[in-house]
Amino acid sequence: MDARYARQIQLKDFGPEAQKKLARSRVLVVGLGGLGLPVLQYLNAMGVGTLGLMDQDSVELHNLQRQVLYSEVDVGRMKLEAAHEKLMAQNTKTTFRLHDSFLVRDNALDVIRDYDIVVDATDNFPTRYLINDACVILNKPFIYGALHGFEGHVSVFNHKTGPTYRCLYPNMPSFDEVPNCDENGVLGVLPGIIGTLQALETVKLITGMGEVLSGKLLVFDGLQQRFTKIGFNTNPKNKKIKGLQEHYDPLDCRVVASISAEDFQSIREQEKIQLIDVRTPDEFEGRHLEEALNIPLDALKSLPKNFKTNRKIFVICESGKRSERAIRQLQKDCPDLNLCNVAGGMLKMKTLCP
Amino acid sequence: MTILLFGITKDIVGSPTLSFPTSSVSGKRMPNTVKELKVYLGKTYPELNKLSSLAVAVNNAYADDDHIINSYDEIALIPPVSGG
Repeated sequence: MDARYARQIQLKDFGPEAQKKLARSRVLVVGLGGLGLPVLQYLNAMGVGTLGLMDQDSVELHNLQRQVLYSEVDVGRMKLEAAHEKLMAQNTKTTFRLHDSFLVRDNALDVIRDYDIVVDATDNFPTRYLINDACVILNKPFIYGALHGFEGHVSVFNHKTGPTYRCLYPNMPSFDEVPNCDENGVLGVLPGIIGTLQALETVKLITGMGEVLSGKLLVFDGLQQRFTKIGFNTNPKNKKIKGLQEHYDPLDCRVVASISAEDFQSIREQEKIQLIDVRTPDEFEGRHLEEALNIPLDALKSLPKNFKTNRKIFVICESGKRSERAIRQLQKDCPDLNLCNVAGGMLKMKTLCP
Repeated sequence: MTILLFGITKDIVGSPTLSFPTSSVSGKRMPNTVKELKVYLGKTYPELNKLSSLAVAVNNAYADDDHIINSYDEIALIPPVSGG
C-alpha cells in the first residue's frame, strides 16, 4: 500500500480497505470558496480518487481572509483554474473534473449523476435547495455546510433513508430574510473549521467508519466554543421528489446570457459596443473601459435614452455578479432586451488589457 | 425557560440566549406549545415572523408546532444559514 497514506492506513479502524474505498470514490464539491477549499485540500491529500470542482467566480481580494488556498497573485484569476493548479501540485494521482459553470437547474442532474457524493459548499439558498432536490432525485447523499457570522452548521442529508435539507427547512427563505457572508460578514477561520468537518463526514461516508452525521444538525458556536447537535427525522414526502422545480432563484426566471471576457474583448476590438458599468462611482473612477457608461446597480431603473434597444447591450461590474443581478432587474420590466453579462467582470478584463 | 438563539434570530434578539421567568414568578401564562412560543416571541420581536423556515429544537430534538413545551425545557431557535 502507498507509503503516502501510511499514517491513516495504520489506523485500526481505517486500514487498507478504507484507503481503497477513497481511491475508488468520486466526490463533487460545489463552490470553491471558504468551505469548498478545505474540503478539497483534505480529500485530495487523503487520496480520494476523483474530485469534481465547480465554480465560475474569480478570486477577489476580500476572499483571501478565509479562502486560504488562494494567494495574492491569484486575485482576478478564475477560482477553478487557481484551485485546480494548486490541488494538482498537492496530489498528482487525483483525477480532477472541472465544471466551468455555476450549478443551475439546467445542468444539476447531468453534473451530479456521475458522482457518488456531493459536498454543498455554496453560499446561497437557491443552490442549496437545488442540490437537495437533485440529490434526492438521483439518490445521492450530500454533505451540507453553512455559515453565519461566528456560527457554522454541518449535516449529512439524504443518506440512505435519512432526512433531507427540506425535512429541516421545508421552505426556501426569501432574498431579504437571511443575509449571506457578503452582507453579514464571516470570521476568516470559521469556514476552515466547518469545511474540515464536512471533509471528515465525507470520508466517514465513503469508508463507513464511525457514525455519519445523518438525522443530526451540528451547530458550532465559535464564540462559545460550543457544539450543539439537534436530532431530526425524515419527512417521507421530502424523499419523493421526482423532478426539479421550474425555478430556484426567485429572480432566475430567465437565463442570463453571458460572454467570456476574452470573447467580449475581441468584439470590442471589432465594433462599437453599448456597455453599462454598474459598479459604484468610486470603482468606476478607479478604472473603467472607455465605452462604458456608469450607472450604479442601485440607481439602475431603466436604460439610458441614447441606448439602442434593438442592439445588444453589455453589462459589466467588478466580478460579474452585480452585472448579472442588474440584467435580471432590467429583464423584469423589459423582457425583450438583448442584454449580455461580461463574465468575470473588470477583474478579468484587467488581466486581458493591463 | 431558556431559549438558545442561533443565526439570524440571535441578531434579531440581540443576545445569544433568552430567559423567561416561570409563570409562578411573572404571573403571566407561559406558552404551552412550540406554536404558542413562536407567536409569543413574534410579538416582542416582529422580525422573527418574517422567517419562512425556522427550526425549533426542544431538548436537542427538532420539534413540530404542536409539540408541548415545559418551563424546564431547553429550547433552541435554529434558522437556516446560507454563508459559505
